[in-house]
Amino acid sequence: MKHVSEYRDKNLARKLVEAIRSRSRKPIRLMEVCGTHTVAIFRHGIRQVLPPTVELISGPGCPVCVTATEEIDRAIRLAQSPEVMITTFGDLVRVPGSHSSLQQERAGGADVRMVYSTFEALKLAQEYPHKKVVFLAIGFETTAPTIAAAILEAQRLGLENFFILSAHKLLPPALEALLGSGTLNIQGFIYPGHVTTIIGTSAYEQVARKYGIPGVVCGFEPVDILETILMLVQQIEAGQARVEIQYNRVVTTEGNTKAMAILEQVFVPCDATWRGLGPIPGSGLTLRDIYRKFAAEDHFDLRVPPAQDHPGCACGEVLLGAKRPPECRLFRTVCRPDKPIGPCMVSSEGTCAAYYKYSE
Amino acid sequence: MLLHFHLFTDNSSLCKEFFMALDKILLDHGSGGRASHELIETVFVPRFQNPLLSDLNDSAVFELNGARLAFTTDSYVVDPIFFPGGDIGSLAVCGTVNDLAMRGARPYFMSVGFIIEEGFALQDLEQILLSMGKAAEEAGIQIVTGDTKVVPKGAADKIFINTSGVGLVPVGINIAGQNAQPGDAVLISGTVGDHGLTILSKREGLSFDSPLKSDAAPLNHLVEEMLQTSPHIHVLRDPTRGGLATTLNEIARQSQVGIELWEEAIPVQETVLAAAELLGLDPYYIANEGKLIAILPADQAEAVLRTMKRNPYGQNTALIGEVKADHPGKVVLKTAIGGRRLMDMLAGEQLPRIC
Repeated sequence: MKHVSEYRDKNLARKLVEAIRSRSRKPIRLMEVCGTHTVAIFRHGIRQVLPPTVELISGPGCPVCVTATEEIDRAIRLAQSPEVMITTFGDLVRVPGSHSSLQQERAGGADVRMVYSTFEALKLAQEYPHKKVVFLAIGFETTAPTIAAAILEAQRLGLENFFILSAHKLLPPALEALLGSGTLNIQGFIYPGHVTTIIGTSAYEQVARKYGIPGVVCGFEPVDILETILMLVQQIEAGQARVEIQYNRVVTTEGNTKAMAILEQVFVPCDATWRGLGPIPGSGLTLRDIYRKFAAEDHFDLRVPPAQDHPGCACGEVLLGAKRPPECRLFRTVCRPDKPIGPCMVSSEGTCAAYYKYSE
Repeated sequence: MLLHFHLFTDNSSLCKEFFMALDKILLDHGSGGRASHELIETVFVPRFQNPLLSDLNDSAVFELNGARLAFTTDSYVVDPIFFPGGDIGSLAVCGTVNDLAMRGARPYFMSVGFIIEEGFALQDLEQILLSMGKAAEEAGIQIVTGDTKVVPKGAADKIFINTSGVGLVPVGINIAGQNAQPGDAVLISGTVGDHGLTILSKREGLSFDSPLKSDAAPLNHLVEEMLQTSPHIHVLRDPTRGGLATTLNEIARQSQVGIELWEEAIPVQETVLAAAELLGLDPYYIANEGKLIAILPADQAEAVLRTMKRNPYGQNTALIGEVKADHPGKVVLKTAIGGRRLMDMLAGEQLPRIC
């Protein structure tokens, strides 16, 4: 597995940096909409090698960060019932809800388990037939097909004690909402490699046509990111607005049609609330009627009081690229990765956590 | 220390906030990162007020009847208990031997305490004892006292081990986390992240083309050879929980110096790098059990490095950075592509990525 070091080649990286420096004239702002990119940009110190004309802005690309407080409150309510075992991907356990977090509930005796895949959750449902195993299904189009596959498997196994609480988010409607707000001042998108592997590039074509903003689908190593920035600089300097794929060792224009078919077989789009962006029509996923018996919201009473976010927390504006984390008055003083107030500080891929961890 | 005590007793909002958050112990408090530090510094240290404890070094070093002794203790709760390259037994011996060695002490005697869950296989216990014996023999330390408790099924997970060790610090050796000085060189005795990723991969059932293996090893002989080459080593630390990044942050704080690291120079196995990428983890924050960081005067770095490379546990030793007078308390990484970034302490548990 040499796929890591060859994309960290420092000579290649330096050549790309030189090319960016010599081609970039106009000051531009580029937005990355994937938390993994946010972290990679910090980890490799990419900002410091760019010319002052190129500014990188982080957008709403971390699924944990965009999960609304109310959704966390619902998960916490579920965790409090003794017959329930909550299964979830790691970061979510630390996200503060209105009054508690899943981590705190776990310390108080709730059965909350971290899993690496939905299939692990399925296995737990088989091992603990007397428990109601609820998987907290969050993530973008990248994770949704695997969760859909797990639902099909649960159906095949006739599992009666497996449920999902779906808080999935879809990227294209969010891009549309971001751009439609008219407040976003950016000249190019660094598109997420993983999500695009699944959905293909058609949604981005529309952004390029309708809003005249170019975009490049980007891999996750420093050479990938620098090459993407160079491609964007070249397009912008030439007055173009096209969609290109830098991450072509993985991504195709049509995406993974098989994965999309499974996703569409099991889920149907629904309205969803995003932290920072608010409600966006058609930007979530819910189980289709024939799979409703796996829907936690149909099986349990999940009514919670209206969510309370910390009044000083600027995660909403950070997610829109309107504020940088150091401009939030809670940043570093009250809000820190070990005692996070907002979700951008909780997730390892959150913008605030990345600023806290990596910026001097 | 004064500062911590002050924090503990005054009524500042920071203090209140800490106690409100600390209504229960969370797994984060055992990560070896920032949360563990806060627990130690604000809850444990003030209760037991003494300068030896508040130094927060790997072992306490003190004089007793003219002898300079090093004394340390550590508990082992690793899951799985058997893993490629070692088991909970070899870890329990090596960990305590290394904590003594990191003060330059020669280890002599060790105690062992077992907490065993009802139903634990005797065969497994024998295998653990066998590897403890082997590790102790290699290190030249004697296990001279012990204790066993058995608890009902479910009250502990299989087996937990505590070991304490006593060693003798040779005359003229003064090694502590407080001693790093601007201009010093930073060495690491080999590749980082091997142990933690071996454990995690085993737990998750992941396998790789070139299999991962824990680096668990007693480092006292390596340290002895290093001290023969140069008795002026300032700091030795084994980067266990929290990894290279967290340990260097501890040293930077204790010595009130800055540390600059060079990413290109830090040795990481290709398989470890790939596994870390796959799990969304950073190898610099992952535990090692057979590696040491040495900080020493730059003019002695070359000779010590050569000595280390001759020892089987130091073959891949590398010069990875230097101690600076600027940015005291902080570790800064010069990235391979020419950028710079902060390398902070681990905040809580390093968690897997979700997308």
